[in-house]
Amino acid sequence: MLRFAPPLALFVLAAPLACGLMGTVLPAFGFLPALGGYQLSTRPFADLFGQPGLWRSALQALMIGLLTTAISLAMVAGFVCAWYGTRAFRLIQHLVSPLLAVPHAAAAFGFAFMIAPSGYLARLFSPWATGWERPPDLLVVNDPAGFALIAGLVIKEVPFLLLVTLAALPQVPALRSLRLSQSLGYGRMMGFMFTAWPPLYRQIRLAVFAVIAYASANVDVAFILGPTTPQTLPVRLVGWMNDPELSMRFMACAGACLQIAVTAVALLIWVALERIAGPVAEGICETGRRFRRDGFARLAAGGMMAASALLVFGGLGVLALWSVSGLWQFPSALPDALTWRTWQRTGPALSGPLATTIIIALAATAISVAIALACLQRENETGRTGGNRALALVYLPLLVPQIGFLFGLQLLLIAGDADASWAALILVHVVFVLPYVFLSLSAPWRAYDGRYEAVAAALGAPAGRVFWRVRMPMLLRAVLVAAAVGFAVSVGQYLPTLLVGAGRFPTITTEAVALGSGGDRRVIGVYAFLQMLLPFVGFALATLVPALLFRNRRAIRGL
Amino acid sequence: MTDLIRVTALTLALTLSAGPAMADPDPADWNAVLEEARGQTVYWNAWGGSTQINAYIGWVGEELEERHGVRLVHVKLEDTANAVTTVVAEKTAGRDEGGSIDLIWINGENFASMKRQGLLFAPDWATKLPNWRYVDVENKPTITVDFTLPTDGLESPWGMAKLVFFYDSARTDAADLPDNAADLLAWAKANPGRFSYPQPPDFIGSSFLKQILIETVADPAVLQEPVDEASFETVTQPMFDYLDRLHPHLWRSARAFPKDYPSMSQLLADGELDITFAFNPAEASSAIANQLLPDTLRSFTFSGGTLANTHFVAIPFNANAKAGALVVANFLISPEAQARKQDPEVWGDPTVLAMDKLSAPQRKLFEALDLGIATLLPDELGPALDEPHPTWMSRLEERWSARYAVGN
Amino acid sequence: MTDPSATHATGLRLENVAIALGSRTLVSVDHDIAPGDVLTVMGPSGSGKSTLLAFIGGFLDPVFSARGRVHCNGTDITGAPPQTRRAGLLFQDPLLFPHMSVGGNLVFAVPPSVAGRTARRQRAGDALGDVGLDGFFDRDPDTLSGGQKARVALARVLVSDPAFMLLDEPFSKLDAGLRDQIRRLVFERAKARRLPVLLVTHDAADAEAAHGALIELAPAASDGAGP
Repeated sequence: MLRFAPPLALFVLAAPLACGLMGTVLPAFGFLPALGGYQLSTRPFADLFGQPGLWRSALQALMIGLLTTAISLAMVAGFVCAWYGTRAFRLIQHLVSPLLAVPHAAAAFGFAFMIAPSGYLARLFSPWATGWERPPDLLVVNDPAGFALIAGLVIKEVPFLLLVTLAALPQVPALRSLRLSQSLGYGRMMGFMFTAWPPLYRQIRLAVFAVIAYASANVDVAFILGPTTPQTLPVRLVGWMNDPELSMRFMACAGACLQIAVTAVALLIWVALERIAGPVAEGICETGRRFRRDGFARLAAGGMMAASALLVFGGLGVLALWSVSGLWQFPSALPDALTWRTWQRTGPALSGPLATTIIIALAATAISVAIALACLQRENETGRTGGNRALALVYLPLLVPQIGFLFGLQLLLIAGDADASWAALILVHVVFVLPYVFLSLSAPWRAYDGRYEAVAAALGAPAGRVFWRVRMPMLLRAVLVAAAVGFAVSVGQYLPTLLVGAGRFPTITTEAVALGSGGDRRVIGVYAFLQMLLPFVGFALATLVPALLFRNRRAIRGL
Repeated sequence: MTDLIRVTALTLALTLSAGPAMADPDPADWNAVLEEARGQTVYWNAWGGSTQINAYIGWVGEELEERHGVRLVHVKLEDTANAVTTVVAEKTAGRDEGGSIDLIWINGENFASMKRQGLLFAPDWATKLPNWRYVDVENKPTITVDFTLPTDGLESPWGMAKLVFFYDSARTDAADLPDNAADLLAWAKANPGRFSYPQPPDFIGSSFLKQILIETVADPAVLQEPVDEASFETVTQPMFDYLDRLHPHLWRSARAFPKDYPSMSQLLADGELDITFAFNPAEASSAIANQLLPDTLRSFTFSGGTLANTHFVAIPFNANAKAGALVVANFLISPEAQARKQDPEVWGDPTVLAMDKLSAPQRKLFEALDLGIATLLPDELGPALDEPHPTWMSRLEERWSARYAVGN
Repeated sequence: MTDPSATHATGLRLENVAIALGSRTLVSVDHDIAPGDVLTVMGPSGSGKSTLLAFIGGFLDPVFSARGRVHCNGTDITGAPPQTRRAGLLFQDPLLFPHMSVGGNLVFAVPPSVAGRTARRQRAGDALGDVGLDGFFDRDPDTLSGGQKARVALARVLVSDPAFMLLDEPFSKLDAGLRDQIRRLVFERAKARRLPVLLVTHDAADAEAAHGALIELAPAASDGAGP
């Protein structure tokens, strides 16, 4: 049975990807019989390049992908170099880590509520410090250059990169390298940067690539925070995909091909930058400078990290407050009155999407955990990890722009008359949930001391009993945490739900994003609050269940 | 699951009838319609951008389930054009039965497009609905002529819309308010950054364009005809000149626009905008009732008239639950549903019914409504301007996007 | 007692066992261990001595290749799954299952032939008593001292009714004083049950206390060699 697990995982990840890409590329060249396209042509591309502002949109997507990644990586690298091994490190790490579970849309809404001219920060300082009786007419959210979008992406990519880095740290002799370079007289930050960072970066490189792919092709955050005149390429593509004009779908597919190219170019530029950064760093290193006076840089690195986390938490708090606020005009820092009205009003409309969200997330998570467990158990039996090739495969759905294959998938499902079914929706969620579950579970799984299993087997326990009675209980926390990660990822999915669900399966996330950032803050507050509450409940259960189950077992209860 | 049931039911029906297709329900035989509708699930594709409206649709669903055993699912759209897309795709794919949409909230260009392409449930069904007898066909011409096109009973009305402006009387002096497009431009110059409109193709934003077009066009009569490509530039030139002059004085200097009218209401509440507008005279009272805006909010219109229309529901030709959809459409024009809809606490959307066609207790439902302090009375609403032919809207949106939304 | 040419119907017999990693032979052994006897394999870390144990126990990592046969009490167990070999394993860590109570660890080990919950708990309780830990049944293993944990690990092995014992430096992590005590206890119990014992260690004191045959492995760099 387990023998089939790795091929199954391969199929689940690669089949939708391959079919979807094919379903995108063929219509891009005019071929899609179901919609009347029987002949190959370059017409869709001609239409595409005739769109006003296309190159600006494409260039913007490229820049946003690269800048988001560069800033996020710089923040994480700066922070790790400056503070690794200290108490402050652990403190900020605990502050930032939970942000990984917050869906992008909720974080983006919270961020918008903080930084908008009428947002919470302006309210806190108005009118006493700023003199603003009314919000200034400043274009902060939805700015044409996309700075708000980049910032909104950075606050979510930083926790991701930090967690990946934390997972990689034990695999490099970071602390020893740091001590050694310090004893040679190097400042803490640059000492770490010169000695421990390069091997660390090699470990997290795929994750960095995933950030580039995600940021350059993002739809939901761009919809909330991104420029509107014109919108970024991915947002425009989704618009074309939903246009009443059929020919627009061909053009949308051509656009998706362009998006793949944009992401690919972004990745190539990044690789080129890596090539340049190496020798540059070497050159600096060879000057022999010790960079001992790094106090300010360290403060800045830690401060930016803490500030970005606090901004998100603040935003989420403000979201929650808006959801129960009555009239709340600028520049009041607090609402005139608190009321459950918005919750009561939206309540009936919430139950359906809430149930859909939970059902899809539970099913996709259960399937993903089962596949990941089977793969890891198979790996345990054969002693082969599959190495970097397997890892690259797991990352594959994260490296291809979602739009690139979801368009094709949607068209294929329509052609096969199978659109908008629970099964299709759950499977497409698995494509995105499985990688995260696998990445989250594989580290503790592989770190497990196999001698426990040897002891159990030697005591006469058959393989099944060893698995269920020894390994699973001991790794229960890790499995539940991986499940919580998967649940959070599923809850946060926007584009797959929108496209494959064909609008027939509204979830909390699709409903929230549809509201946009400018709408009624109370209602946005309700949806975004629920959006962040669901993953939180998942993680709370992942912590509480083992704590209760093993409350008398000090070594593994966790709390 | 429901899909599975639907497929099974369809297969079964096909096997049993062994004919080409099931007979379509006939609204003239209403009891048969009710019987067929029982147990059906109606997928209603309707714009989902307003919480109040969504809540109202939710209520409709509960009532229908209870009264007629019809399950209503609100498929929330950002743009009604998406529903048209779906039906077009289904027709192209040869899905002439068991379509995924049973009812569409529709008017104007989308209705025109579906009617032209033969995508609508065809016979004149709307006028055969039992509750049609209450509809105010006589005094509300937009009920039978939708954006210059005869409705031909292919869509059933469920609400009236008129462009109405709002302001906060605590901030803005009523004496300074604009009374036409030219005034509005002067007002915007005097109050920079305090006015904007939703970014077309949002339908409120597009409606604003049409209002300006009607006010600036040399001969409004050409708007009642389809767009003539040869003269389009000339006809619309004054409108775009107007916008060119207006934009520098708009909110964010027109480098960004609000997404839709709920966004404008939020901006009004935040004190970023001073004048907003909506396609619903009761929007102001509704916003006060829902504590979104202060009770100093008031409404006004232009004395020369503002855009007015009716919104409808239509059934796609391949709808899976036509009988259920008919029952929903009929319920929507029942006095009870219409009165609830007009309550500002609920939604505030004006009724399509004629008061003199109702019985005394039915009329009481409407008379009991407190329309709210900020709602203009029917005689204060000013003249209604007719919608241009639907072709104008899409052409205007296209030109607008190319001109203002590509960041050049 | 360790005459390699004699065939024992009882005891543990390692017949021309050789384990290789790729083309490099790590260890090769040809030896019989009589019931109650101890064979000590000594060598520095990395010399392949733990790999030998893994092979005999039946959980050799597939990256290694092995030749030769292993017989236990006259039965060839070379290809048998680990569950049926009845190997009593002790590692340098006690490896008590942290999610089970002390008693639960022992009950897990009681052979399935002992039927009934009460009987199995009774057997486990007796085994605890045997190593001087009466009344520890419901304790959390994590709350025990190092010596107590080592005793529980021994009791767990003994209660599983093993056919032979494989000891992988089981005393190396214990304090000097405790080490003698536990070592004596383990050898004493093995002897009493007439279990053949294979001990791998790098501590000469272990080898001395074992009073048995000794095989010394060369460092990893050169080929492993028998006596």
